[in-house]
Amino acid sequence: MVLVGGAATRTAAGASPAMAAGSPLWGLAIDLARCASRAGCRRCTDVCHSAHRVPTVSDPRHEVKWVWKEPFARVFPEQIQAWDGEARAQMPALVLCNHCTEAPCTKVCPTGATWRRRDGVVAMDEHRCIGCRYCMVACPYGARSFNWDAAVRAPSTSRYPARTAGVVEKCSLCVERIDAGQIPLCVEACGALGAAALTFGNLADVSSPLRRLLSTRQAIRRRPSLGTEPRVFYLTS
Amino acid sequence: MTVPESRRPHHVAFARIGLGLLVALALLGAAAYGVQAERGLGETDLSREMPWGLYISQFTFLVGVGASAVTVLLPYYVHRQQAFARALMLGELVAVIAVAQAMLCVFVDLGRPSRLLNVILFPAPTSLMFWDFLTLAGYWVLSLVGLGLAWSERARSSLGWSRPLALATIPWAFGIHIVTALLYAGLAARPGWMTAVLAPRFLATAFASGPALLILLAGVLARTRRFDVGREAVARLTTIMTYAALTSAFLALLEVFTALYSGEPGASDHLAYLYVGLDGHFGLVPWAYASGGLLALALVVLLVPRLRARTGLAYGATAAVLAAVLIDKGLCFVTSGFNPSPLGYVRDYRPSLIELGIVAGIYASGALVFAGACRWLPVDRDGEPARLPEEQSVYAWKLPTSTAHRPDMAKVALSEK
Repeated sequence: MVLVGGAATRTAAGASPAMAAGSPLWGLAIDLARCASRAGCRRCTDVCHSAHRVPTVSDPRHEVKWVWKEPFARVFPEQIQAWDGEARAQMPALVLCNHCTEAPCTKVCPTGATWRRRDGVVAMDEHRCIGCRYCMVACPYGARSFNWDAAVRAPSTSRYPARTAGVVEKCSLCVERIDAGQIPLCVEACGALGAAALTFGNLADVSSPLRRLLSTRQAIRRRPSLGTEPRVFYLTS
Repeated sequence: MTVPESRRPHHVAFARIGLGLLVALALLGAAAYGVQAERGLGETDLSREMPWGLYISQFTFLVGVGASAVTVLLPYYVHRQQAFARALMLGELVAVIAVAQAMLCVFVDLGRPSRLLNVILFPAPTSLMFWDFLTLAGYWVLSLVGLGLAWSERARSSLGWSRPLALATIPWAFGIHIVTALLYAGLAARPGWMTAVLAPRFLATAFASGPALLILLAGVLARTRRFDVGREAVARLTTIMTYAALTSAFLALLEVFTALYSGEPGASDHLAYLYVGLDGHFGLVPWAYASGGLLALALVVLLVPRLRARTGLAYGATAAVLAAVLIDKGLCFVTSGFNPSPLGYVRDYRPSLIELGIVAGIYASGALVFAGACRWLPVDRDGEPARLPEEQSVYAWKLPTSTAHRPDMAKVALSEK
């Protein structure tokens, strides 16, 4: 993957990242401490799931999730030592599709129903998906969900199309909003709360807030040894 | 002359009861699929953590059985062992049925089966599943033609392209199972599957389970349908099965060594789940030991001449090989690879009644097709099982076609050269 960027595509300071010349490369940073400081908060999940009509399933085996919290020890098992306190291990960490540069899911999909866009978003066409679940098998992050039950209906609180049973879905990074020059809903909702734990931006633009954040703070990514090159970063310092 | 065994009244009654049961099971499977199609795959015990289960496991096992036609194609077409002519008839039939069953297993696993053709409409060459669809479909057609050739001496001898086609089927048969192995072996997300010996291990278990099934079917046919595969073919298939099973055990043990000696948790977690349980979950432990134990016992019988000389024990060992591979590939391999999940969860998997019903239906349908097709197996009309002539030239293929099936003429033809 060649990073689009450099001086030629740099935007003027203050301009929206979506206005950058050339193709942007979207990324997301999660400030772990800020996110964890609001215990029990699930604003981003609620906003996302409501807007994208993600069905609520009571059976944990059949849950459909786009963005949710998991204990830090599960998200970053290699970062946990035996002598770490329980608080650190249980600290909630937000998980979602990593929009990998080398996404295993797009490689294995037999119909091209999931693919990586030029701007880095790993997109999904639930109308082409045959429901083989090979992408779920190949995803090293457990970020994908399958619609197991035909009886479960998503609430119709938004105009976003609901999915039928038998297809896979996942976080879309709000492509429909990105294409309209907006930021993802979860980032917007978190900012509106005043938590500002999420930062969305253009990785191809060195002057973007995201790049500035990544150049000054310590950031880790999930399972970097697999070579998937996630574009979701976790700020730890 | 005695009454042929298949005509004895109690045999007829058994056959009718058996066929009735198979029809009932096939209908039950269809009904179970109807429920699943209506209510969704939530009717299975599959989950976020365990996206594939019995269907894809059985698919893997059945592709192996389909690929094992190699164990009769190679001896007959490449090594020109005429003794395999009858085993070839059986082997090609089993391959055609097994591959069809394998494709059915994938079909019932799909969330949106009506969109199956998207695999062809939007081809994705980076996906091993795309190649699996192509190779399986191609192999099925090749095997169907091969079945016709195996069953018709006249077709085999009159068609100039019959042998090249049969030869082309051989690498293709290897291919379907290699591609199926690569479908698993290239996923960094599932360290339990990500091993370079997976394809050879799959082939080894396939070449053990396939001949085992052929030997058992041949035994049943010899007793009931007056069709005899021949002692020599059965003996050679037994040897092939024995060394394939031995090879599979060797490869499995190599994997255990690499996993345990390296000490890397990712490499051994799935083995821990299989053999000692993981995080309080022991779902597959009895099955894993059953599979390993059956294989070990079978190998002892098959490798000790005094034991394998006893027909009952030999058949028992053959059935044990088949059962060991069925448990290993048809349940343990796929599901153990999902534990622990990427987020560290461990989930036991117990196939639901719907899943068991659908798989039983697929097997029953295959058995019905097999039973029906057996009616067209060549049968000698004197009431005795049709037997192969004991003496056959291994070079029979080169002989003039008119004498290829006549051992007496073949000898003459050979001596004239």
